[in-house]
Amino acid sequence: MAVRLRESGRAGRVSAPPSGHADPRVAFEAAKLGLWTFLATEVLLFGALFTAYTVFRLKYPALFQSEHLKLNRVLGTLNTLVLITSSLSVVLGVDAIRRGKARLLERYYGVTVLLGAVFLCVKYIEWTEEFRHGLYPGTNIFFSLYFMMTGLHGIHVILGMGVLAYVVVLSRRGRFSEGYHTPVEIAGLYWHFVDLVWIYLLPLLYLIG
Amino acid sequence: MEHVEEEPGSGRGYLAERGWRSWAYTMDHKRIGVMYLYTTIAFFFIGGIFALLLRLELLSPQAKYFSDHTYNVFFTLHGAMMIFLFIIPAIPSGLGNFFIPMHIGARDVAFPRINLASYWVFVAGFLVVIGSLVSPMDTGWTFYTPYSAKTGAAVATLSFGIFLIGMSSILTGLNFIVTIHKLRAPGMTWHRLPLFIWGMYATSIIQVVATPVVGVTFLLLAMERLFGVAFFDPAKGGDPVLFQHFFWFYSHPVVYVMILPAMGIISEVIPVFSRKPIFGYSAIAYSSLAIAFLGFLVWGHHMFTSGMSPLANEIFSFMTFFVAVPTAVKVFNWIATLYKGSITFESPMLYALTFIFLFAVGGLTGPFLGALSTDVQLHDTYFVVAHFHYTMMGGTVMGFFAGLHYWFPKMTGKMLNEKIARIAWALIFIGFNVTFFTMFITGFEGMPRRYAEYLPKFHVENVISSVGSAILAVGIAVMFWNFLQGLRKGPPAPGNPWRALTLEWQTPSPPITENFPEIPVVTGWPYGYGNPEGPAA
Repeated sequence: MAVRLRESGRAGRVSAPPSGHADPRVAFEAAKLGLWTFLATEVLLFGALFTAYTVFRLKYPALFQSEHLKLNRVLGTLNTLVLITSSLSVVLGVDAIRRGKARLLERYYGVTVLLGAVFLCVKYIEWTEEFRHGLYPGTNIFFSLYFMMTGLHGIHVILGMGVLAYVVVLSRRGRFSEGYHTPVEIAGLYWHFVDLVWIYLLPLLYLIG
Repeated sequence: MEHVEEEPGSGRGYLAERGWRSWAYTMDHKRIGVMYLYTTIAFFFIGGIFALLLRLELLSPQAKYFSDHTYNVFFTLHGAMMIFLFIIPAIPSGLGNFFIPMHIGARDVAFPRINLASYWVFVAGFLVVIGSLVSPMDTGWTFYTPYSAKTGAAVATLSFGIFLIGMSSILTGLNFIVTIHKLRAPGMTWHRLPLFIWGMYATSIIQVVATPVVGVTFLLLAMERLFGVAFFDPAKGGDPVLFQHFFWFYSHPVVYVMILPAMGIISEVIPVFSRKPIFGYSAIAYSSLAIAFLGFLVWGHHMFTSGMSPLANEIFSFMTFFVAVPTAVKVFNWIATLYKGSITFESPMLYALTFIFLFAVGGLTGPFLGALSTDVQLHDTYFVVAHFHYTMMGGTVMGFFAGLHYWFPKMTGKMLNEKIARIAWALIFIGFNVTFFTMFITGFEGMPRRYAEYLPKFHVENVISSVGSAILAVGIAVMFWNFLQGLRKGPPAPGNPWRALTLEWQTPSPPITENFPEIPVVTGWPYGYGNPEGPAA
């Protein structure tokens, strides 16, 4: 992503911007490998929490059984649908720009950002409800895990929305075409990752007891 | 290797532009590397001053100059600064940034903008760390719970600072992985890469994979303090030992982030000053990857006395012995490279040989700590302190010094005063061994670490260590004074003063922006002293 953005020369007087790998194919491959490497980092970031989940679940099966019933499964499932739909609109957006349709891309990515906002609102409702019932991060180990995992995921949703919104802004400035749309693909890939994490969180926290 | 024509009189190369903006906004990997070097060396001095204060206090068996709490703060700051602000970033982000693109024949790293961002995230991180000094840490650099969850110190602030520094470390590692994969010059196949690159590649993988785990760990620790999150709190069913697992899952692999780049530097310096092809190129290259991989499986050896199951202890102990194998492979190959070489003892070579010697001592005292029965005796004694400093200071820091002396002419375009460099080396060598070899004995006799006071029977050893630390400090001061003198009035350096074959030496000193007038075409390996085709050809 940075590879291409550099050409906009935003940072004022820049000490000799390197013109290195001008080959756009290399730039695309580099960006893609960079994002996959970044996702490896993210997997390990959540991996630590999943490990903690495994450890404590084995240690306190009864606690997990009783506590997970206190979560709102309807809202959790609703949010899953919202996120899966948002991934669909990302795919359609990438497909649109591959066919050179920038306006369509902006619309689809806009929908994704909106769905991200819906997800956060639902999450907000859930958390408020839990706080009202006296369930806090410090209540017990299950709710420590629940709030940390969904909270960290929520932060990723917010970041993903920011990235997608930025792509829409760039697209409005006419930055992308059939031939060049690396940031679109990269941002899309990141959003799929955020979606995927939730696909694991839902069964672990809401469904299995 | 194709030799690029030197441009005579091109002068200051990448350093031509002046003014703070030309640095603060730069996307030139060389300038970013230089900024990292200055920053990390500054913390090396600050961390060193704390170490000297500790040695000053330990001159007498009773606490004399400052309170126990102040002593705790000092050893925490010494450890945390040396680890997170100096030794982890110094070689990768400093020398690595400067030389990875040059070694592989690229104009820059894959993502120059992210590279600059990583530096400023690092700055933000250390500013937060400095901010935490309003209520300084007293937990030791390992932050063990439950004490770190209860102490009045600014644990959450410091955790956040280190979280930022970790982010910067991840961004740098990510950048290097992509750079090494995608930006190699035509003809620069994997088996023609300089061994420094192999070391840095393995390092980057560890940075990317291990760092997020410690990030989450510090996040959880901060959350425990702020919101009562229960992960490490036994009162709520949490587990303090889990903190140790998480912490060492990062902090053991990270010692390979510290040592692998240094080993890469040694693999560059040894063949140049022996005028011989490196012995066992592939063995050294792949042993870096093996160390990176096995390094993830040994973290439990920090916790033999923490109450893990006997089976887990045995497995970790076995793996610990196993990780010594690829390390020994490197040492034997360096020695085989020296065999019948025409060795000269310029300052980079002196530090490289010192590395081999000190690291061998550090490495061979490792099995004492990796074996379960002896570890129970030696755990948390000065033996561990000595072992750690022999590997990290005797290893990594000596490798760093070798790299600084080796690449000083390339980075600055000036030559160093060789005579003063050797005097400094002698002082450092003597001071280091007097300080830390004594600690092996102190530790064996049973003196625990991290106490401001100790039994009078350890007095003599502690005085010897303190005297040694003063000699060491003088040596380091002389070395950096020599650097300053070299910067100010050193004679201009030729493009290739050491007659080395890696690509960075085929450019003028200092190199131009974007490194090469034309991207070089590589036709052989970089160790072709009398064997230009490489071992496979």
